[in-house]
Amino acid sequence: MKTDDLVTLLATGDIAIQAHTTAKRFSLALGLGVGVAFLMMLGLLGLRPDFPEAIKFPMFWVKLGYAASLAAAALLALVRLSHPGSRLKNAPLGMALPILLMWLLALYTLVDADSAQRQELLFGATWGNCPLLITMLSAPIFLATLWAVRGLAPTHLTQAGAAVGLLSGALGAVVYSLHCPEMGAPFIGTWYLLGMLIPTLIGAALGRTLLRW
Amino acid sequence: MTNTSRLDEIENRLRAGLLRGLAGDSVAYRAFLKELSTHLRSYFRKRLASLPDEVEDLVQESLIAMHNQRHTYDAKQPLTAWIHAIAKYKLVDLMRRRARHDLLHEPLDDEMEFAVPSDDEASDARRDVAELLGQLPERQRLPIVHTKLEGLSVAETAKLTGMSESAVKVGVHRGLKALAALIGGKK
Repeated sequence: MKTDDLVTLLATGDIAIQAHTTAKRFSLALGLGVGVAFLMMLGLLGLRPDFPEAIKFPMFWVKLGYAASLAAAALLALVRLSHPGSRLKNAPLGMALPILLMWLLALYTLVDADSAQRQELLFGATWGNCPLLITMLSAPIFLATLWAVRGLAPTHLTQAGAAVGLLSGALGAVVYSLHCPEMGAPFIGTWYLLGMLIPTLIGAALGRTLLRW
Repeated sequence: MTNTSRLDEIENRLRAGLLRGLAGDSVAYRAFLKELSTHLRSYFRKRLASLPDEVEDLVQESLIAMHNQRHTYDAKQPLTAWIHAIAKYKLVDLMRRRARHDLLHEPLDDEMEFAVPSDDEASDARRDVAELLGQLPERQRLPIVHTKLEGLSVAETAKLTGMSESAVKVGVHRGLKALAALIGGKK
């Protein structure tokens, strides 16, 4: 085929595009993914029994804000990674900051606590389930986000895959925090982080295969 | 003229062409694609000196890729950065594909190639469009033939084929994607 013929073929017909394609795609994917994750949480795990009281504690909101701010930073990174030629700029800092702040809070809590309490603060009662349940809740968000990014143009596939994983892991953690009774900063800084890192690693490992275009 | 201002001029001209194309101006878009193909050819020719047969295929594959993903260009960013990122991605993708393929099928020998045509001379890729289109399924082939070769509107194509308008649009998009894969010999 002559390239000039291909150029003519591509330029013929209705070539205009609609505005805000990226925003629409991500809103649809995240709305659907988080919706399914929320229903999974309600159906399989249930809201924490003390939910009406729990929302009065600052730590409930710190936990939610921690996961939500990581999700926001991951979304920013992912949007940039899906647009060729865009730079990540301060997105990595946005991901590091909530983690560091939570670790500082965890350190302060541990130093402040009696030695007998420390183990309880780190392991809580549910450390064995937490990372895997967050990973499970992130699955529908992971698939939906993958669909959104496949319609865009990522050029660094491993990084984009990792960002898909972190975004879905962090939103999975937001949903999980409505079920999870744990309130200790050391617990959140460890097991929530691990729960978000599992989908991140899966995304990084599969990015090259799943996002190729 | 300094090198910087020449690059600025290219950036501005390409960008104006693409933005008018994105708003629906077919003539401006065609001129944009034509100039883009020249830049792509010179970019790939420099980097594929040992594989001259691959250059035109990769130019066409990249043109289709950029056309299909043209909605990912953010008007606030420099267009040349967008083009360069996709061209590099397609180049690396070809290298990976070949590395895998060569390991399986080809002995490691160097072939000498001399006759290198100039950059703005559009040569033929190795596969014919009619033959490639023939390999696509109906729901992709018909929308491309009617809207892109015969110049019918989406609505007319929908009426003619009995497909819905959105199915026609999806068919064009997926068909072009499949065409790029066939040009690259991925299937």
